[in-house]
Amino acid sequence: MSDISFARILKDGLWTNNTGLVALLGLCPLLATSNSVVNGLGLGLATTLVLLTSNVAVSLIRKLVRPEVRIPVFVMVIAALVTAVELAMHAFLLELYDILGIFIPLIVTNCCVIGRAEAFAFKNGVLRSAVDGFATGLGFTLALVALGALREALGQGTLFSQAELLFGEVGRAMTLQLIDNYRGFLLAVLPPGAFIGLGLLIALKNLFDARAQRRAARKSVALREISA
Amino acid sequence: MAEDSVARDMGIAALILTGFAIAGTGLVALTYTSTRDSIDAAQRAALEASLNALIPADRYDNRLIEDRITVTDPVALGTPEPVVVYRARKAGQSVALLATTVAPDGYSGPIRLLIGVYADGTLAGVRVLSHQETPGLGDGIDLKRSTWILSFTGKSLDNPESDGWKVKKDGGIFDQFTGATITPRAVVKAIRRFLEYLKAHRDQLFAPAASKENAA
Repeated sequence: MSDISFARILKDGLWTNNTGLVALLGLCPLLATSNSVVNGLGLGLATTLVLLTSNVAVSLIRKLVRPEVRIPVFVMVIAALVTAVELAMHAFLLELYDILGIFIPLIVTNCCVIGRAEAFAFKNGVLRSAVDGFATGLGFTLALVALGALREALGQGTLFSQAELLFGEVGRAMTLQLIDNYRGFLLAVLPPGAFIGLGLLIALKNLFDARAQRRAARKSVALREISA
Repeated sequence: MAEDSVARDMGIAALILTGFAIAGTGLVALTYTSTRDSIDAAQRAALEASLNALIPADRYDNRLIEDRITVTDPVALGTPEPVVVYRARKAGQSVALLATTVAPDGYSGPIRLLIGVYADGTLAGVRVLSHQETPGLGDGIDLKRSTWILSFTGKSLDNPESDGWKVKKDGGIFDQFTGATITPRAVVKAIRRFLEYLKAHRDQLFAPAASKENAA
């Protein structure tokens, strides 16, 4: 159990078992805050921080906690960590906090956090749990940013608009105007655009996977023919 | 015997839960106390920045954020919510005031406005503090999306006359947006309502509250 390799953990979190695109956990924040790259990135990073710290905390206490009460303990650990992250964002990233608003405290209800605590951190060492939390969070962030980029580019013809909320004044220069005088495509910005965009991303990922699988199958057939 | 061990197990489980509840509460309390000042400072700075965007900081010399009164008038102001009025003074003289009022009849809920008015009744400017209007249609009231809100700067109850305080579609002078009339209509109405309220309660709102200033 505990000899799962770090590369495997990373690949699972980022791709094979991506929270947003495969496990489809935490859809509510994923769909709601992915209307721009910066919003997606902000929520993704906050979620990653929570995942990382909650996995480490759960892994540290796993020998202390009896299995019967583990779920309430997870809930308490996660709730405390999310509240701490929320207060910190309120203090240091006020404008982003105002935009993400309710979705920061709602990280508590993101099933992927308690899911990783239960499925991984409770059974594995601290280092592996930390890597798992990081990889899962990063995978979620990637899905958020990809969907955010898709919707922002289609919806308002920009990328990284309002980056100054996250990166300070340097961020102002990061905004890319893809198309001048773009009229905007409302559907991409509104909630239905999130569902359609997520569907497209999942299809794209499945396409990649299917192609990789076919290539692997062809290779093994070829190998067999050679050895025969 | 078995009963004993069940009771013991439950006791231990309860102790573990209590321990984590205390640790969790402790963590939250610690973060709260260590971020409280930063949160206050950040909110105050954000408020100050939005106030100063309408009334430049060199126009007044009092502590704007602290020199405030709250007025509530559901009929005249159109909102049951209390309206906070910040008063800018220079050398004790009223220069301008800033009010956070609400346009209750936006397309998708109330629109929070910050209105700045100079002592002579002309608008120093208006900003939208928060809204839920449709992206791409009604959200043009937000300065991030369009400069529409700047068209109020310099206007007053005499300019235009009261008939002009409407969107063009209703015969007034203010633009509406393509596909969105309800949102700008609500904003125009809220601003006019506040200006009328101000005219009626001039003495109260622009009161030279010398005693209050000392207290602040």
